[in-house]
Amino acid sequence: MIRTERLEKNYGRVTALKGIDLEVERGELFAFLGPNGAGKTTTIRILTGLTRMTAGRVTLNGYDIEKQTLAAKKEFGLVSQYINLDSELTLYENLYVHCRLHHMPRGSIGPRIDSLLNHVELEEKRDTTAGELSGGMKRRAMIARALLHSPGILFLDEPTVGLDPGIRRRVWALVKKIQLDGVMIFLTTHYLEEAELLAGRVAFIDRGKIVALDSPRNLIKTVGNWAVEEIKGERMQTLYFDSRHQAKRYAAGRENGFAVRRVNLEDVFLKMTGRKVQ
Amino acid sequence: MIRGWTAIYFREMLILRRRLYRLIATWSVSPLLYLIAFGYAMGKNITVREHTYIEFLIPGLAAMTSMTQSFAIGSEINISRFYWHIFEEFQTAPVTNVAYVMGEVLAGMTRALLAGTVILVIGAFFGIILSYNILFWSAFLLNSLVFSSLAVGLAMLVRSHADQAMMTSFIITPMSFLGGTFFPLEYLPAWAQKALVLLPFTHAAGAIRASSFGMMPAAGDYLVLSGLGILTFVFAVATVNRARD
Repeated sequence: MIRTERLEKNYGRVTALKGIDLEVERGELFAFLGPNGAGKTTTIRILTGLTRMTAGRVTLNGYDIEKQTLAAKKEFGLVSQYINLDSELTLYENLYVHCRLHHMPRGSIGPRIDSLLNHVELEEKRDTTAGELSGGMKRRAMIARALLHSPGILFLDEPTVGLDPGIRRRVWALVKKIQLDGVMIFLTTHYLEEAELLAGRVAFIDRGKIVALDSPRNLIKTVGNWAVEEIKGERMQTLYFDSRHQAKRYAAGRENGFAVRRVNLEDVFLKMTGRKVQ
Repeated sequence: MIRGWTAIYFREMLILRRRLYRLIATWSVSPLLYLIAFGYAMGKNITVREHTYIEFLIPGLAAMTSMTQSFAIGSEINISRFYWHIFEEFQTAPVTNVAYVMGEVLAGMTRALLAGTVILVIGAFFGIILSYNILFWSAFLLNSLVFSSLAVGLAMLVRSHADQAMMTSFIITPMSFLGGTFFPLEYLPAWAQKALVLLPFTHAAGAIRASSFGMMPAAGDYLVLSGLGILTFVFAVATVNRARD
């Protein structure tokens, strides 16, 4: 379980996080959403011990990240938003170093690496240097690496950024598979369709504060089910309706360009903050 | 407390192995040029302390290499920290700061040891084989420990790779030229000699040169290097947390 209490972070005079309270349960796939600079990466860096918090408390499966650092670090795996594989080493060597860093018994390392390479469908790239792998393969390799020591929590920081739509879907399928294996996933992304598809609960962070926290379905319900987008002068106006019938009836009376579509998480964020995520 | 240092060291050795031939070529260039220009050509008819200049130069170059190559681990750490972000992999692993520093420091020392061996082999090609006994290697390794630890500590404090390059310019280059690599310190004014005694490299160059000439080095040189080795190692451990935001 991840628990944060009144988490705050200041960079000089700039306040990046203003009292974040979160609880994420075992086995949950939780998405942490917001525009660039909202505080997503700062939060994940504090949760993983990479950044010092200014105030507050973080526990991972009961271990305090500041006071019981080594024990807390055994509880999670991190897939950074940067590709951080050793490009000169083979995929196997990269994974082997991770296993050694996590004090895994030497006899168990080989079979565990083979099993995870098979899980992420990279067994044929075992002896390829990491620098020669494609972007999608590197991401999958990083996910495999983060799971090697069998953590209960997996942090995914923008895991699909910069990937083609096809490869992104492949990563989504992998993430869902990992959750079904019982691993709690804490995902940050600014691709809202990713969160909508994968997450059981989402939190929106804006300017260092959580502005909404619920399941995607419940959040969407607060706005409406259907949206009509309409061009008004130089602006795009979006109106929300409970039913498709109501939306179509409204749209029927319009002369200018319009579109009727389902409400999504982008609409939720727009409605709450007056701004778009991307 | 030191569990996990082998993983850090092992990673550095994997990278070293992959680059070994390139590194040997790189390590050979400067000493070869120094030996040709200063030792063979310019110093042909110069005698220093009853030794030919090239004999005087080789232990100095070995001392300099033990400093520069162990200090170079700082650049490797910075590249993995600022460009490749691999440092995050260590920061999120259940490894103590002591274990991390130990792995990196030993990697720096290993690198220095290999580069030093290259110099001695090149010296042998010039027909110079001196006394490379246990006192020689002890001073060599202690000097590597000092500069490898210093490099790890500074690598944790700097905010960019450019800062690291500046450290090299302000710390390593002056010591290379003034600490006794190329000329005996007694050629300098008395006040300068006194000032240079404060530098660790002066003690390393003195001990390495004395032992390679088959003389008994001053015990004080080893004491200074051991003391500084412990201090810089502690400094490095204390700075690891500073690398967090």
